[in-house]
Amino acid sequence: MSETGIGARVKRVEDQRFLTGKGNYTDDINRPNQTYAFILRSPHAHARITSLDASAAQASEGVVAVFTGKDIAAAEVGGLPCGWQIHNKDGSPMAEPPHPMLVADKVRHVGDQVAMVIAETRDQARDAAEKIVVEYETLAAVTATDAAIKDGAPQVHDEAALNTCYDWELGDKAATEEGFAKAAHVVKIDVVNNRIIPNAMEPRVALGDYDRSTGDYTLFTTSQNPHVIRLLMGAFVLQLPEHKLRVVAPDVGGGFGSKIFHYAEEALVTWAAGKLGRPIKWVSDRSEAFVTDAHGRDHRTHAELAIDGDGKFLALRVSTLANMGAYLSTFAPAIPTYLSATLLAGVYTTPAIYSEVRAVFTNTVPVDAVRGAGRPETSYLLERLVDRAAKQTGIDKTELRKRNFIQPEQMPYQTPVALQYDVGDYPAVFEAGLAAADYSGFEGRKAETESRGKLRGVGISTYIEACGIAPSAVAGALGARAGLYESAQVRVHPTGSVTLFTGSHSHGQGHETTFAQVVSDLLGVPFEAVVVSHGDTAKVQFGMGTYGSRSLAVGGAAIYKACEKIIDKATKIAAHILEAAEADIEFKDGNFTVAGTDKSMAFGEVALAAYVPHNFPHETLEPGLDENAFYDPLNFSYPSGCHICEVEVDPDTGVVEVAKFTAVDDIGRVVNPMIVEGQVHGGVVQGIGQALLEGCVYDDEGQLLTGSFMDYAMPRADNVPFFTVAQKSVMGASNPLEVKGVGEVGAIGSPPAIINAVVNALEPLGVEDVTMPATPMTVWQAIQDAQAR
Amino acid sequence: MPTVSMTVNGKSVSADVEPRTLLVQYLREHLSLTGTHVGCDTSQCGACVVHVDGVSVKSCTMLAAQADGAEVVTIEGLDDNGTLHPMQEAFRDNHGLQCGFCTPGMVMSALDLVKNNPSPSEQDVRDWLEGNICRCTGYHNIVKSIQAGAAAMRG
Repeated sequence: MSETGIGARVKRVEDQRFLTGKGNYTDDINRPNQTYAFILRSPHAHARITSLDASAAQASEGVVAVFTGKDIAAAEVGGLPCGWQIHNKDGSPMAEPPHPMLVADKVRHVGDQVAMVIAETRDQARDAAEKIVVEYETLAAVTATDAAIKDGAPQVHDEAALNTCYDWELGDKAATEEGFAKAAHVVKIDVVNNRIIPNAMEPRVALGDYDRSTGDYTLFTTSQNPHVIRLLMGAFVLQLPEHKLRVVAPDVGGGFGSKIFHYAEEALVTWAAGKLGRPIKWVSDRSEAFVTDAHGRDHRTHAELAIDGDGKFLALRVSTLANMGAYLSTFAPAIPTYLSATLLAGVYTTPAIYSEVRAVFTNTVPVDAVRGAGRPETSYLLERLVDRAAKQTGIDKTELRKRNFIQPEQMPYQTPVALQYDVGDYPAVFEAGLAAADYSGFEGRKAETESRGKLRGVGISTYIEACGIAPSAVAGALGARAGLYESAQVRVHPTGSVTLFTGSHSHGQGHETTFAQVVSDLLGVPFEAVVVSHGDTAKVQFGMGTYGSRSLAVGGAAIYKACEKIIDKATKIAAHILEAAEADIEFKDGNFTVAGTDKSMAFGEVALAAYVPHNFPHETLEPGLDENAFYDPLNFSYPSGCHICEVEVDPDTGVVEVAKFTAVDDIGRVVNPMIVEGQVHGGVVQGIGQALLEGCVYDDEGQLLTGSFMDYAMPRADNVPFFTVAQKSVMGASNPLEVKGVGEVGAIGSPPAIINAVVNALEPLGVEDVTMPATPMTVWQAIQDAQAR
Repeated sequence: MPTVSMTVNGKSVSADVEPRTLLVQYLREHLSLTGTHVGCDTSQCGACVVHVDGVSVKSCTMLAAQADGAEVVTIEGLDDNGTLHPMQEAFRDNHGLQCGFCTPGMVMSALDLVKNNPSPSEQDVRDWLEGNICRCTGYHNIVKSIQAGAAAMRG
């Protein structure tokens, strides 16, 4: 391994600009003659707009224009599209109500966009928006997931009877019932996967620009996937052809899923920039982000596990109610179904599984993918259920897991819920986790904790996730309205330096470093000679973007393919110049050598020859060294792992402290261990946030009570410890780099380990269940309730 | 409109601003010092931390007019023509940043901690960062960075 190649702990190239204040985030970009947009939003969760008077706003100082829902309706632009279609049990398509850019008739959640004011300054736009008079006829609202399907619940959309978006199923119901008929034990659980708010530190920003001389539009936006935004906005909303529309996602300050989706503000500023012939910038403030960025999770699940007399799992049946919010966000319908229910086998051999999911509309912010997206819900359900099963059957929780693991020799393993795992060694990862966590030393630490008057618990989770989204054929069969491949272009310059154009997007992941490591390693060129370009549809050929831990597994594979093409072409050039047969050219360490001779050309010499070709055979060899590749994955990749958490609980106050956290993950080949560890740290803390701190609270009228950082508990430095992070890599993943994905493992593996630890700590007090977030109040109440029984 | 004058990163600057202009707006919009970021509207996240007369301040919570006559240092004022300050270097060496958005505030805040506590313990650092939120790193490498930066500054 070289000091900068695959596997090396290379310091990040992007850090210099970020550390010196020279990052280029969307709000740092300004265009000549720029105006500013402010969006007036609904203060009500559910109401009819009976009148709207914008005349005072129109006349307000500095105002350039005011647009309302009626203007949008008259302009005949489209609503925001949904990218995934789910079908009901009876084969009919899901309910898909319209999602307008500005609402004209009925608002459906607090924060729904009602009007856009454009003015010379931000403050003028905001001042003018306060002068818009909107009269609302308020309606009863429904916000809780389980309340949406009750008789008489307020109806969010006329198109969705009983607030139901879809009622879907997966698996063999009859085989599952047979499993239950043979069961020695049936273990039941009800879990709530709490709604969380993604809160990337950079709020969303959209800057629309229109070139009056060419008629070209440019949108600068905080996106994880600028090409997807161009496709969705251009083709479905504004009907702008792609060659007239450029979308740029420059430095982006975190995404965690929330910046995948196409949002109304992007289309509004682009559309209005064309109308006004001036650039328009919209910047979300944090309060706005809380009520407009798509939220995550919000599933309520009942599950039952059938187990035989030897502790082997026989069957699993799962019923989930999933909250979609007020409208369907871009990927929303896929989260509880194809990204969640398909993982219900976990790492276990459960032979029969049946799952049903009912998705509902409520008067809340739309819900979509947040780091993990469906998979944290499944890992949480399974691992809570397995711990409960251990208690009910009297089998030790490590032993019960071991008895049910899929064994490495069973690979590839076809699960009963559609997926086929390609490689994995769950017993080995589990043992590595127990060893790294010094699991056998727990009792000693517990005694020490108890000597201080506190309780200590240990919780285990094993998980699997499907990453590298997604094989296009599979995705299409499952309802995706797009293929989910990735592209890469490797442009070798005449002097041997390289620009990589990638359709993946980096918003914290460090692609400018890891992707350069891959290219440098494959082509044998110095790391410093590779620059990574991403995030601009005018530069990069196409891209499906970054989410679902797909960048290296899919985007990296495209890079690998493009580099292969470069080597093939360079081999032809070297063979021609060295007057040898192509088959005799060996490429190693950046040199093309005629086998068995000392005749050799360095990579840079071949590059120069490619662009200064004096005698290439016209028929068979083109000048230039610039190759494009699109890679469509053969299968998902399947990271797995074992997370072990120890907590200390103060029984008097209910305060939970994460005392020790160990994550051992199989993420396949590691390109940069430093970046991998950072991804796990960040993911685990988002999991700690969901498990202990973060909860989204709506009141009965649909007001978001946790609508600021003063009310919504983000994890802070003093809420978390240092972590023990290690990899137990199993090679052979179905992509050329044999990588699996690491962005989400922390958020998927950690919540069940934490809550299992809390429940374990409270067992002596008779507590059997604790809900997320396990705040001091929740834990204290659980203790009081148990003591009262 | 009142005139405000101050020294920013060693340079004297002066401008007429609306009275309601926040210091962070003045830095970003009038001086194009966009390294200082706005991550919230309730003085919680700390992405906007700068130094005013040597003390770390959330520049979203101070009017530009209140900084009249002050010495202000932003993230752009730390490096020496691209050579990183030891605290910046420590963040790079310890992977103390991912998306980079909270980073300027973290670095500016860390420097104020180290000024008063040259050898902070892990708990000192965690407690000090109460007013700085990061969503990417899980704080693990930020805490390590600040301790390493402090060590480098002690020499």
